[in-house]
Amino acid sequence: MGKSKNNKVVSYNKWGYIFLLPFLITYTIFQLIPLFTTIYNSFFENYRVGLMQVGPNFIGLQNYVELFSTPDIWQYLANTMIMWAMGFVPQILLSLLLGAWFTSPSLRLKGQQFFKTVIYLPNLIMASAFSMLFFTLFANEGPINSMLVGAGILSTNYNFLFHTFSARALVGFMNFLMWFGNTTILLMSGMLGIDPSIYEAAEIDGASSNQIFFRITLPLLKPILVYVMVTSLIGGLQMFDVPQILTSGTGDPSRTTMTLIMYLNKHLYSKNFGMGGALSVFLFVVTAILSVIVFKFVNSKEVK
Amino acid sequence: MGNKSETQMNQSRRIVCYVVLVLVSIMCLFWFYLLFINATRSNSELSRGFTPFFSTHGLENWNNLVHGTLPILNGLWNSFFIAITTSVLTVYFSTMTAYAIHAYDFVGKKTIFAFILGVMMIPTQVTVLGFLQLIGKMGLDDSFIPLIIPGIAAPIVFFYMKQYMESTLSMSLIEAARIDGAGEFFIFNSIVFPLMKPAIAVQAIFSFVTSWNNYFTPSLVLHTDTKKTLPILIAQLRAADWLKFDMGQVYMMIAFSIAPVIVVYLFMSRNIVGGVSLGGVKE
Repeated sequence: MGKSKNNKVVSYNKWGYIFLLPFLITYTIFQLIPLFTTIYNSFFENYRVGLMQVGPNFIGLQNYVELFSTPDIWQYLANTMIMWAMGFVPQILLSLLLGAWFTSPSLRLKGQQFFKTVIYLPNLIMASAFSMLFFTLFANEGPINSMLVGAGILSTNYNFLFHTFSARALVGFMNFLMWFGNTTILLMSGMLGIDPSIYEAAEIDGASSNQIFFRITLPLLKPILVYVMVTSLIGGLQMFDVPQILTSGTGDPSRTTMTLIMYLNKHLYSKNFGMGGALSVFLFVVTAILSVIVFKFVNSKEVK
Repeated sequence: MGNKSETQMNQSRRIVCYVVLVLVSIMCLFWFYLLFINATRSNSELSRGFTPFFSTHGLENWNNLVHGTLPILNGLWNSFFIAITTSVLTVYFSTMTAYAIHAYDFVGKKTIFAFILGVMMIPTQVTVLGFLQLIGKMGLDDSFIPLIIPGIAAPIVFFYMKQYMESTLSMSLIEAARIDGAGEFFIFNSIVFPLMKPAIAVQAIFSFVTSWNNYFTPSLVLHTDTKKTLPILIAQLRAADWLKFDMGQVYMMIAFSIAPVIVVYLFMSRNIVGGVSLGGVKE
């Protein structure tokens, strides 16, 4: 009888495989095989000059040598990181502040649901439409210039997209707007997870709210802060829609807003599969290293 | 007395908080306010400079846009069709995958689970080169299929469903259904799936929005004008010599690309905001 019961269990468990099949098949076809062929492509010379096709010829690591010996990739990596930081620094500061306020038991703020709804809204907006909107609003003849000149803040129109700092700052600002609501909500769940008795003890000892924030909340939040930062960095490396639409793919002024994925996109359009492959592998390796850091922190089970 | 000054302190801190929160909210909403105002103004009104009031040319802009050169009604339908089908496939099969890992014991289960978690962070951008070559060979270039079918394998949605299942789905319920003679596929469809409704609603919206907003992959896959989705049309609008454009139409185009998401969000915001903190990871 024990044996028949066992058989029964086995016959149920084959359904585990059946239910997994759609995922595994789809993932293999559309992600895993492409990953390997992308890596494979990176070892071949394969591009077009006008109508003439060169390759594919096996050239070993030559694409990687070319990729890393030209200054382009370092410039684009620097652009990506600068624009990411311009969005991330204000984002984490504001999110910490709002998170601390929303979770503070002594403040008991009303209308939290409303404020959370509002600050999360930009995250759901189509990045390309948002970027197009900023392009028209901040255009030389656009409404922002008209307002700033009208209010006497500027004497003449300022062309935001013609200057490196303002163009990068616009990209950073859009990323900041789109992500600080999400970060606030993540940090809040981390802050709510801190044992309230620690705060009570600190209050009895006469700690000020600043002391509580810097000496208790911040250190206890460190794992989730690292998590937020690394996942944001992974997202930042994928930055594409906003600068692509804002500059129509040129990365102007003089390619100072060109990101790594915009560079990849260029190679894909010009069908330079060798260099595109090498660049993809570079991005894959960097992302993989960052992901390992995330998993280390998630698995240290301080984060939940 | 100490108590009184403390409440006064809190009172003044609270006022500071509300002022900052209102300013932050304005910073979030201001751009959309400008957008919707400008979408109702005619090109000549717009060129005369900014005014903070709605005008009367909304319908006119809309008509001009619909009858203009960009196939935006096609774009709307394409975006809608792709987003709906992707979202349905994503939630159904992610729940199924989560159920396979949650409810059954089989050889290699741990390995597969670890594998799915391991690939969760791989961005689609790094495999897109091989992806494009592959769909070219399969004859699926310029088709919706390579944009919809990959939705079946969504590791992040799977992870969310798995977490939710652990906290809500009891195995005794499934045992009871088995004793009643229900088949495994039937149990999944008529017991497990309905029980997951709250999680499914949240993830369906996230999948819809992600697909609706997606620009990178569709722009590389779709080439025929009438097959393009809204983000690609926006990029085309941007690449065109935009000074020639009727700016009223440009604003209208942006407004109607984002309006569906805003409308859905207004109705579902509580679930969505709650879902963010539950899931933890979201791209």
